Amino acid sequence: MAKRTGMEVSIAVSEAVKMAKADVIAAYPITPQTHIVEHLAELVAQGELDAEYIPVESEHSAMSACLGSSAVGARTFTATAGQGLELMHEVVYVASSMRLPIVMAVANRALSAPLSVWGDHSDVMAVRDVGWIQIFVENGQEAVDNTLCAFRIAEDRRVLLPVMVHLDGFHLSHMVEPLLFPDQKEVDEFLPPNNYPYPLNPNKPVTMGDFAPPVVYTEAKWAQEINVEKSKDTILDVWKQFGDKFGRYYKPVETYRAEDCDTLLMTMGSFSETAMMAIDKMREAGKKIGLFRIRLWRPFPYEEVRQTAKNAQTLIVLDRAISLGGVGGPVASEMRNALYPLAQRPKVVGFVGGLGGRDISPADFETIVNRGIEIAKKGSDREFEIFGVREE
Amino acid sequence: MTKPEDKLTWKDIEVGAIATEPGSASQNRTGDWRSRRPTYDQTKCNKCGLCQTYCPEGCILKNEDGFYEADLYYCKGCGICAKECPKKVITMVEEKE
Repeated sequence: MAKRTGMEVSIAVSEAVKMAKADVIAAYPITPQTHIVEHLAELVAQGELDAEYIPVESEHSAMSACLGSSAVGARTFTATAGQGLELMHEVVYVASSMRLPIVMAVANRALSAPLSVWGDHSDVMAVRDVGWIQIFVENGQEAVDNTLCAFRIAEDRRVLLPVMVHLDGFHLSHMVEPLLFPDQKEVDEFLPPNNYPYPLNPNKPVTMGDFAPPVVYTEAKWAQEINVEKSKDTILDVWKQFGDKFGRYYKPVETYRAEDCDTLLMTMGSFSETAMMAIDKMREAGKKIGLFRIRLWRPFPYEEVRQTAKNAQTLIVLDRAISLGGVGGPVASEMRNALYPLAQRPKVVGFVGGLGGRDISPADFETIVNRGIEIAKKGSDREFEIFGVREE
Repeated sequence: MTKPEDKLTWKDIEVGAIATEPGSASQNRTGDWRSRRPTYDQTKCNKCGLCQTYCPEGCILKNEDGFYEADLYYCKGCGICAKECPKKVITMVEEKE
C-alpha cells in the first residue's frame, strides 16, 4: 500500500528517481533545483541508491555526461533550472536528436538580467523547440508521478526521447506537501529496467551524432518531428497504465469547472491551483468561467486543446514568460495558432505576469479575468497586457 | 547503407540518425572539394615521411617505390604537406576541371 508522507517537493522528486532506480545522475546544483540533486547525492553516498553520481563542473558538462551514460543504456537523470538550462542549451538539442531517453527535472526559473533566482517560465520557453517531451506539473504528487512516468515514456521503444518534467521553482519545488509514495514493488512492476536498443558497444560499433550533409539533414529532422508527434500515443498509453495501477490519471489538458462556460482562464504549472480558488469564487457569483491547463506542453496536444477551447467565447491566457519585442506570451501565441483554423473559436487575450517569482493571488486572477473579458469586448491597442506592473 | 544518400527517405534514417556501419565515412569522396592538387618532384625526396605525419586527412600513403603520395579520392588540397616538406618536393597546382 502507498504511504502518505509530508515532504518537500524537491526531495520527493529525488525519492521518485530513487524508486525509478536511476543508474547515473550527472548534475550541477543551481537554485531553485539544488535540493533535488543534493538529496540524490546523499542517497547515493548513503548507499540507498546504487547509481553513479557525476558531480560535473557545469550544466553543459552535466548534459554531455548524460548523453554518454544514456548512450550506453544507463537510466539517466539530471535536473536544472534557469541559467543552468541556458548553459546546457546546445547539448539539450543533441539529446533529443540522438534519441537518448534522459529524464530531467526543471525547477522553472527566471533568466538574467537582472539576476533573479525566483520562478517563472522564461527558461522553459527558451527550450520550447528542442524536441524533448515536456510535461508541466501542478503539485508535488504530480511531480512524483510524472517523474516515474517520464522514465517509462522516455525509454519506450516507440518513443526513445528525453523528457523534461517542469515544476515551478520555489512555488512548487520548495513546498512541503502530503504525498503518496507507491511501494517499490509496484514501481518495479510499472517501470521495467531500461533496455535501450542501440547501446554503445565495442562489439557492435555505431557512430552517434554523426555528420549530415545537406542531402540528408532534412530527412533526419523530419524523422525526428514524426517521432515527437507520434510519442503522444505512448504518453497517453503510459498515463493510462499509471492510472490503472496507482489510481491517478493524467491527461494532456485538464479543465476545472469548465462545463458550459463562456470564458476560459488558462495557466500552466503550479499557479493553476491558485486560479481554481478564483474560479470557485467567480462561479459562486454566477460567472460562467472555467479553468484550462496544459499539462503536456510538447508534443503540443492540438486535438485536446481545440476540443476544450472551441466553444468558449473568450480565452484568457496567463503567461509566466515574456517574448520580448514579439508575441509577448508564448502560450497565448500557441493558443492563437492552434485555434485559428477553427471556424468557431474564442477570442484569445494574452496576459504576462508572475515574472521572476512574483505571486498572483486569487484576487489577482479575478482582476485578470475581468480585464480580459473587457479587452475581448472592446479590443486593445496592445498585442498583450502585462499584469501587475507599477505605472506610477 | 543500402541506398545512396540522395535516395534515402526520412523513413530510412536510423533512430537518432546513428551510423550503423563502422568506417562508412571512408565512402565519402572528399577529393572533390579540392581546388589545388599536390604534384611531386621525387628526385628531391628523401622519404622522411613528414608529409604523411602532417596530413590532416591521413590520406598520404607510401607507393611501391617508397615515395609518399596523396590519395586523390580523399585529398582536399589543403597544401599542408607542401608547406611542411623540408625538401620542397611538393608543389600545389590549380585543378583545371
